[in-house]
Amino acid sequence: MPSSRDGFTRDLCEEIPRLPGETRITDKEVIYICPFNGPIKGRVYITNYRLYLRSLETDSGALLDIPLGVIARVEKMGGASSRGENSYGLDITCKDMRNLRFALKQEGHSRRDIFEVLTKYAFPRSHGLPLFAFLNEEKFPENGWMVYNPIEEYRRQGLPNGQWRVSFVNKRFEMCETYPSILVVPYHSTDDDLRRVATFRSRNRIPVLSWIHPENKNVIMRCSQPLVGMGGKRNKDDEKYLDIIREANGQISKLAIFDARPSVNAVANKATGGGYESDDVYHNAEIFFLDIHNIHVMRESLRKLKDIVYPNVEESHWLSSLESTHWLEHVKFVLTGAIQVADKVASGRSSVLVHCSDGWDRTAQLTSLAMLMLDSYYRTIAGFEVLIQKEWISFGHKFASRIGHGEKNYADTDRSPIFLQFMDCVWQMSKQFPTAFEFNEQFLITILDNLYSCRFGTFLFNSEYAREKEKVMMKTLSLWSMINSDKGKYTNPFYTKELNRALYPVASMRHLELWVNYYIRWNTRMRQQQPNPVEQRYVELLALRDEYVKRLEEMKMTNSAKLSSSSASSSATSQMMPHVQTPF
Amino acid sequence: MLGKGVGGGGGSKAPKPSFVSYVRPEEIHTNEKEVTEKEVNLHLLPGEQLLCEASTVLKCIQDDSGQHGICGKLVCTDFKIAFLGDESTLDDNEPQFKNKVIGENDITLHCVDQIYGVFDEKKKPLFGQLKKYPEKLIIHCKDLRVFHFCLRYTKEEEVKRIVSGIIHHTQAPKLLKRLFLFSYASAKQNNTATGPPHQTMMFDTIKDWHWELERTKGNIKYKAVSANEGYKVCEKLPAYFVVPVSLSEEDISCFQGRGIPIWCWSCHNGCALLKMSAFPKEQDDSILQTQKAFLDGIYKTIHKPPYENLKTEELSNTFISLQEIQTSYSKFKQLFLIDNSSEFWDTDVKWFSLLESSNWLDIIRRCLKKAIEVIECLEVQNTNVLLIEENASDLCCIISSLVQVMMDPYCRTRFGFQSLIQKEWIMGGHCFLDRCNHLRQNDKEEVPVFLLFLDCVWQLLQQHPPAFEFTETYLTVLSDSLYIPIFSTFFFNSPYQKDTNLGKESQDSQSKPLSLLTVWDWSVQFEPKAQILLNNPLYVEKPKPDRSQRRASHFKHQRQLSLPLTQTKSSPKRGFFREETDHLIKNLLGKRISKLINSSDELHDSFREFYDSWHSKTVDYHGLLLPHIEGPEIKVWAQRCLRWIPEAQILGGGPVATVNKVLEMMEEVQSLQKKIDEKHNSLMAPPLDALSLLRKPTRLSSLFPFALLQRHSSKPVLPTNSWKALGDEEDLAKQEDEFVDLGDV
Repeated sequence: MPSSRDGFTRDLCEEIPRLPGETRITDKEVIYICPFNGPIKGRVYITNYRLYLRSLETDSGALLDIPLGVIARVEKMGGASSRGENSYGLDITCKDMRNLRFALKQEGHSRRDIFEVLTKYAFPRSHGLPLFAFLNEEKFPENGWMVYNPIEEYRRQGLPNGQWRVSFVNKRFEMCETYPSILVVPYHSTDDDLRRVATFRSRNRIPVLSWIHPENKNVIMRCSQPLVGMGGKRNKDDEKYLDIIREANGQISKLAIFDARPSVNAVANKATGGGYESDDVYHNAEIFFLDIHNIHVMRESLRKLKDIVYPNVEESHWLSSLESTHWLEHVKFVLTGAIQVADKVASGRSSVLVHCSDGWDRTAQLTSLAMLMLDSYYRTIAGFEVLIQKEWISFGHKFASRIGHGEKNYADTDRSPIFLQFMDCVWQMSKQFPTAFEFNEQFLITILDNLYSCRFGTFLFNSEYAREKEKVMMKTLSLWSMINSDKGKYTNPFYTKELNRALYPVASMRHLELWVNYYIRWNTRMRQQQPNPVEQRYVELLALRDEYVKRLEEMKMTNSAKLSSSSASSSATSQMMPHVQTPF
Repeated sequence: MLGKGVGGGGGSKAPKPSFVSYVRPEEIHTNEKEVTEKEVNLHLLPGEQLLCEASTVLKCIQDDSGQHGICGKLVCTDFKIAFLGDESTLDDNEPQFKNKVIGENDITLHCVDQIYGVFDEKKKPLFGQLKKYPEKLIIHCKDLRVFHFCLRYTKEEEVKRIVSGIIHHTQAPKLLKRLFLFSYASAKQNNTATGPPHQTMMFDTIKDWHWELERTKGNIKYKAVSANEGYKVCEKLPAYFVVPVSLSEEDISCFQGRGIPIWCWSCHNGCALLKMSAFPKEQDDSILQTQKAFLDGIYKTIHKPPYENLKTEELSNTFISLQEIQTSYSKFKQLFLIDNSSEFWDTDVKWFSLLESSNWLDIIRRCLKKAIEVIECLEVQNTNVLLIEENASDLCCIISSLVQVMMDPYCRTRFGFQSLIQKEWIMGGHCFLDRCNHLRQNDKEEVPVFLLFLDCVWQLLQQHPPAFEFTETYLTVLSDSLYIPIFSTFFFNSPYQKDTNLGKESQDSQSKPLSLLTVWDWSVQFEPKAQILLNNPLYVEKPKPDRSQRRASHFKHQRQLSLPLTQTKSSPKRGFFREETDHLIKNLLGKRISKLINSSDELHDSFREFYDSWHSKTVDYHGLLLPHIEGPEIKVWAQRCLRWIPEAQILGGGPVATVNKVLEMMEEVQSLQKKIDEKHNSLMAPPLDALSLLRKPTRLSSLFPFALLQRHSSKPVLPTNSWKALGDEEDLAKQEDEFVDLGDV
C-alpha cells in the first residue's frame, strides 16, 4: 500500500464521529463481506464505544457504524489452511438481527489483534472493564432521570386514596431485592402483613398496585406466583391479602387472577415449589391462564425469525416460513392476554391480579400493555417513558440478564427478547391506531437500539437495588435525556389527543404484521420509504396551514390600506396552490 | 337498509308491490328474536321485475352481543335478491358511502357465488331441484359478503317459492339476450338522461387510437388501421387497432388477425409493447409450414429498422395458466367467506399457511415480476417486446396493462387508468362474460383474470400511494362493478359481441340501437360526495417540467449504467433514458447491454440489477414505478377482502384514520386559502364563518367506507382459540424460565 494512500486514510480516521468520552482503540484494513452488495474493501475503526467501517472504494460515508454493545458474539472464521477468497476473517453476531463478516489478511496477526480488541471492548464486563455508559461524557439539555418519579406518577393516578397507601416497607430493598423502594398496597394491610405475604410469593414479589381505573376504581395488581408447591401449601395472610384487594373498590365479584403461563406450566411449577391460586383455597378468586410461553420459547422463536429474514428474505414460502417461527403468534397471545386484562378492568367487573412465575417478564408485558390500552397518558412520549421506567425498569425486568450487556456469554439461557416482544406489541398497536400515539416508529426503534448500545444507563442492571449500588443515576446518562432533547424527531404528526379512550387492538393474524422496518431494516432491498408518503403529505399541509394562519393574522394586524403588499403575497398563494388542488 | 340504499335508481317510477305482513310476533318472541318489521318499499330499477318473495324472513346478524335477527321480506327480481327489513340504524351509522344502485341488503344475481342451505344444523350447497327445503339460506357473494337468512318462521309455500326462485335465477344457464342489461336499457330508452361527459377514451373510434399514438409518440412506427370495420376480418379484434406501419392489409386479414403484432403502447425511447394471438395448435404439416413462413416474414419486417430488436414473451406455456389462477382464487376467496366468529378464530392460527397454500399472493408476485422483466427489456435493453398468447386476451391484458401502469404516469390518473382498461381489456377482447361466468354457462371458463390485475394494481398503490390519482376504494368499487348488469362494460366477450347484440350491425333493426351505460360514469353509482372517496388526497399532479434540470439528471443515469454499484441516492427515479433526446447514445448503450446478456443466468442478474438499482433511489411518482416483490411486501387487499368481517374491524383505527386526517387538514387549508383570497379581493371582508369540517368527529372504523359499525360498544374482540402445536419447541416450552428451586425460599 503506497504511503500516500495510507496517509490519506489516516487523515480520514480523524473524521470518524466520536462521542465525548469515546476513545479510539485501533483500525485495520478489512474486506467487509456485505451480504447485499458483495465484498467491499474498507477500513474498520474500533473505539471503546463503536465499530465504524469506511469504504476504501467509494467516497460514500460510513458503511457501518454500530455500538459495540450490539455485538453478541465474535468468532474467527477460516484457519491457516483455508483457501478461497475472503474465507479467513471474523464473523460477528449482533443482537439486532444481523451478522457482520470481515475478511482479513492471513499475514501478521492482524486477525488476532482485532479479535482481541473487539472481544475486550464489546464484552467489557467479562474483562473487568466499565461499560461505556460510565465513560460517556455527553451533555443534553434535558435530564431524563427526572422523567419518572414514582410518587408523582401515583399521584397522577389519584393515589394514595382511602383504599390504597404508599408503603416504604421496601425502602432499602429489605423485603424484596427486585422491587422498587416505593410500593402502593391496600390501605388496610400493614407492613407486617406485607412481610408475611412476601414469604409466600416467589422471590418475595408480593401483589402491589400497578394502575387504578380513574372511574370504577378497579386495579391492576402484579406479583409472582404463590409458593404452593406439591403439597399444596396455604398461607392465610396471602389469602386475606387478596381478599382485601378484591374488596378495595367495594366490589363483591371475584378477583380475577390472570396467570400468564399455559396451565400445564403452572401445574408443573408446583414441582419446584411454585404454582397458582387454586379456587378451592382462594374462594373469592377466579383464575385464567393466558397461554403465553416462557423466555426460552421466545428466544428460539426470534432465532428462527432471524433465519428467514437475514441476510436474505425467504421469497417463495415467505408466509409459511413466517408462521413456522411462531413469532407473530406469540405477539398475538401477549396482546390477547393484555386485552383480557384491560377489558376486565375497564368493563368494571373486577380488579385483576397478574402474575407468571417470577412476575418480571410476561407479567411486565401484560400490565404495561393493558395500561397502554386503558390510559392515554402512556401513549404520549413522556407517558411511555414513565411506563417503561415503572413497569419494566423499576419492577425488576432483568435487563442485564435478558440482554447480557457487555457479557461474552452469548449462549446464556437467561437471554430472551421479552422487551423486544413488548415493543413489537406496541408497534402493532400503533400500526392499528395510527393517530393514537404521540410517538412514531423511530422512537420505538431508537429505544430498542439503545437497549443494546450501552451508551445510556437506562437499561443497565437487573433491579433498582443494583442500579442504586452502582450509582447509575449519578454516573450515567438516561436515554430519555437524548430523546427528550430532540422530541420533534420522535413525534407522530397524526397524533390526536383523546382522553380516557380505551384502545383495543384486534389480535388477529389478519392484522398482525411483521415489523419490517425493524427486523428487516438491514436488507437494502427492503428499505422502506422514510418518512412514509402519507405522513410527508400531512406535514406539508400542516406547514401550509400554519403559514396561512400566520398570514391571516398579519392581514388582520395591518388591516386597511395595505394594497401594495397584498399583490406580493397573493402571488405566493398561487404558488402554493398546486399542493392542495387534488381531490376537490 | 334498502330504502336508504337505493335512492334514485334511474328516476323512473317503479310499481309499488303490494305488501302484506305475515308476522306473528308472539310466535317469534318465544324464540327470543326481536321483531320489528316495518314497511319498507322495494325499489325497482327501470325494467326490473319482481319474480318472487317471502315474508317473515330473519336476516341473521352477528355482533358483539351475539346473534340477532331482523325480520323482513326476502325478494328476488330479475336483477337482484333483496332483503327488505328495518335495521333501525342509528343516525351515526348513516352510510357516507352508499351505492345508489346496490343497497346494503341487495345482491345482484350475478354477484351470487354460492348458495348453501342449512338442514338440521348442517350446511350443504344447494343446486337445481330441491327435495327438501332448508331452514336457513346462506348466500356467499362474489364481492365476499355473506348473508344468512333464517326461514324457520316463513310459510312453507313461500320458502319453496323463494328458495327455488333464487336457485333458478342465479344458477341456471342464461342466454345473453336475457341479461338484465337489455331490459334495463330498453326501459330506460325513453328517458335518456345521459350522464355528464367523461374524459375516458373508449377506443371505439379510430380517432381515439390516433390520439393514443400521438400521446405516446408511437405514430412514427405504428399506424391505426380500420381493416376490421364491420368485423370483416375477425370477430375477436376491435374495429380499429394499431399495427406496425410496414404491415400490409393483406397480412392482417391473412389469418383472421392471428400471427400479426398488434400495438399496445410505445415507450418514451421509441420501443413498443406489442401483442399477438398465436396460431392454434395445428397438425397439418403444410398449414404449419405456411404459418411459419408467414411468421418469418412478419418477424423480418419488425426486426428491421426502425424497429430494431424484438423480444418475444410466450405467455401461454411458460407463465401462469388460467387453471392455476382459477384454483388459486377459489381457495383464496374461501378464506374471507366466513360464516361465523368461531370460523374466524379457528382459521386465525393457521392464517399464514392457509394464505400461502391458496397461492394467490404468489401469482400476484409472478405477474408483477413478469411486468418488471418486460419493462427492463423496453427501458434498459431498448428492445421491443411482443407478448404472445393464444387469444392475446387474458395474461396479455394483465402484463401489458401492468407495464403501462408502471411506466406511464398517465395510466395512474383516473381517466388514464379507465382508458387503459378500455384499450387493453374491453377493446382487447377480454372475455368478461365468460371469465365472470355471467351467463352460468360454463364454470370452467370462470377465471378472475381482471380481478388479479386489479389486485396487482392495488399492490402498487399500497406501496406507492402518492403515485395514483385514485384510491383503493376506487379499485374496490371497480371490482364490485363487475357484477352489476346495468353497465355494458363488463358484460361482453368482445366489442363484436356487444355491437351485434345492440343491433348496431344488423340491418333489420328499425329502432335506434340501445345505448348502454358505461361503468366509468360513476355518478350512476355514487353521489358527488361519495365520489370524493375515489380520489386520492395524496396524489399531486405533475409539476411543470424544467428542461435544463432534465438534461442534468439524464446525464447522471448514463454514468450509473456503467457503474452499477455506485448509486447516488439523490437522483430521482426516472427512466434510464428520459425523453427523446439522444438517439445515438441510446442505441449504442442498448446494444452494449444486450451484448452482455446472453445466458438466462445473466438475464436474471440484469433483472436483479435493474430492480435493485431502481429501489435504491428516491421515487419519482411521475416516472417509472416499480413494486417491491419480496415476500413481506405482497399483501392481502384488506379493504376488499376483510371489509365485511366484523371480527376484523379495528374501531377507530386502520389506515383510514391517517387519510382522514389528511382530508381534514386539506379542508382546513382550503378554507384558510379562501379567507385569504377574500381578504385580498375585498378589504371589506364578509363575516368569516367558522371552519366547517364536513366530517363528523365520530371515529371511523378500519372497514370504512364499506361496512357500517357492526360493533356498537367499544368492547374488544377476544380471540377464542388455543395454541397450535409448537413442534420442535415443545421441549423448551416445558422448561422453567429460570432453573431455581423455589421449594425452600
